[in-house]
Amino acid sequence: MFAVDLRHYLILSAILFVLGIIGILSRRNSVGILMGIELVMNSAGINFVAFSKYVASDLSGQIFALFIFLIAASEVVVALAIILRIYQNKTTVNIEDIKDLKC
Amino acid sequence: MESLSLNLALYSPEIILSITLGFVLIVHMISKSNLFTFLTALVGLVSAGGASIAIQSFAPQFFFAGQLSHDPFSLFFKLFFITATFFTFLFSYRSYEIDEERGAEFYLMTLAVTVGMCTLVSSINLLSLYLSLELVSIVSYALAGFRKEHPASNEAAIKYLLYGAFASGTMLWGLSLLYGFTGSLNIYSINATLSTNSLNPLALYSVVLMVLFGFGFKISSVPFHMWAPDVYHGAPTPTAAFFTVAPKAAGFAIFIRFFYTVFGNNSGLPDQWITLPHVDWAFLMSILSAITMTLGNLCALWQKNAKRMLAYSSIAHAGYMLMGFIVLSKEGLTSILFYLVVYFFMNFGAFFVVGLLANKTKDEEISSFKGLGWTSPWVAFSMAVFLFSLTGIPPFAGFIGKVYLFSALVQKEIYWLLVVAILNTVISLYYYTYIVREMFLERPTSDKPLLISPLHTFTLILLVIPTFVLGLSWEPLFKYISNSLQFIVTP
Repeated sequence: MFAVDLRHYLILSAILFVLGIIGILSRRNSVGILMGIELVMNSAGINFVAFSKYVASDLSGQIFALFIFLIAASEVVVALAIILRIYQNKTTVNIEDIKDLKC
Repeated sequence: MESLSLNLALYSPEIILSITLGFVLIVHMISKSNLFTFLTALVGLVSAGGASIAIQSFAPQFFFAGQLSHDPFSLFFKLFFITATFFTFLFSYRSYEIDEERGAEFYLMTLAVTVGMCTLVSSINLLSLYLSLELVSIVSYALAGFRKEHPASNEAAIKYLLYGAFASGTMLWGLSLLYGFTGSLNIYSINATLSTNSLNPLALYSVVLMVLFGFGFKISSVPFHMWAPDVYHGAPTPTAAFFTVAPKAAGFAIFIRFFYTVFGNNSGLPDQWITLPHVDWAFLMSILSAITMTLGNLCALWQKNAKRMLAYSSIAHAGYMLMGFIVLSKEGLTSILFYLVVYFFMNFGAFFVVGLLANKTKDEEISSFKGLGWTSPWVAFSMAVFLFSLTGIPPFAGFIGKVYLFSALVQKEIYWLLVVAILNTVISLYYYTYIVREMFLERPTSDKPLLISPLHTFTLILLVIPTFVLGLSWEPLFKYISNSLQFIVTP
């Protein structure tokens, strides 16, 4: 029988973190970048829950994970509002086309 | 002692700010008048400031179950943020970028950022630290995009959001590792565990780098500065002035509290970060500081837009302030706090004059300063005062701020950084005096003077006077700040 321990959670969260970073760096669509950011934040959430079960003696890590969902949701609300605005003004959400500000 | 009423009393500045935030909306809904809304916001801010002065009589302690800390350090910053918000409101009233009908939204969001910053500086728990940091960040993204119809403002908002969320996500991952290593969210317990158990240094270094990403983003130090010029350029001018001062000060405050508490030894201020062995982090950060100021100043040389130039200059000033951080002494930290106050008046003042001019010309090009000294001499004179103070020329306040930062370096004998900083001051003289030259040595294109309202004249005077007075008599403020530097309280 295959036993799941702390290591497996950490590997999962590390993979998600790296996928998120790759998404942020490689995507050109601002919604795609946002998805990468969500992956990074939720991989940190996995870390918190896993550490809370295996390392810490209290539930503070699990409470932290709940707050991460909350923050992630509110961040997406603001982000989508801004992206919608950009789409209405410029009919694109590609960040390479958003470059009015230059020196 | 852990009674609810005591906790609420210690949290009263933030509570008053939150109530004001709600009242602003109600007053705006009922009266439909921007003036009443504006006055409500100001009354709320003044009473929050009064509350934070009143609670100074309580002894330093932890409250809300060890989430927040009540100490002179956080009180100093709370007063700082409330003052900064007060000036932002004075600035925003009748600004061409903040619509009359949407004034309430602006006050609401700025007050929310202030609540976040006030909580951030007193948080001693990773959870409250992260939550208040996000409260500051998320509302700031919306504030940067306040002019919905304006593509530049949209662009500022999306850039701020994507960089900011990336930075805070990475920082969050670092914090989760820190929790895993120590099993606690309280920064004092983390410090206690780190100083007794020896961890794998590499793991700890990765935590430091990730956390540095989050905090470095807030204070816009190189290499996390890319967002700053675009955001400050695209955001409405009152908001940009607010961003260059208040969230940056909040970033410095939590940077100081976090690093000195988590990685220091817990008996007062450390000479080095004992829990980070083998690598001289202070040296690495002094290189960051040198690059930050040099890059900020060199890029500012080429700017045609006054807001963008001030944005790069604010990056350079973050570099100067980092110098006080890396010397690892009480003098260094005191000089950062002192410089933040001085920087507030001069930088905010410079943005204020740019905003006043933009109310008339509708853009912020440096060429629109041409001949301002002939048409409206007093405004031009104040701008010259702010710019000379930013350069660090006596007898203005900026000079005293720089002297304290430099003397902290001399005490620790870090002469190479001192040389870099002095060279940078010389570079910055060029682009600051360029505006002064435009104002006084060029002939104006039109003879119409700049019309400014009595309220804005009053605000300008309130900003110019401290820039002078702090350059001549800085002792009282400096003493107050030295006493404020007690953030290490024993539970």
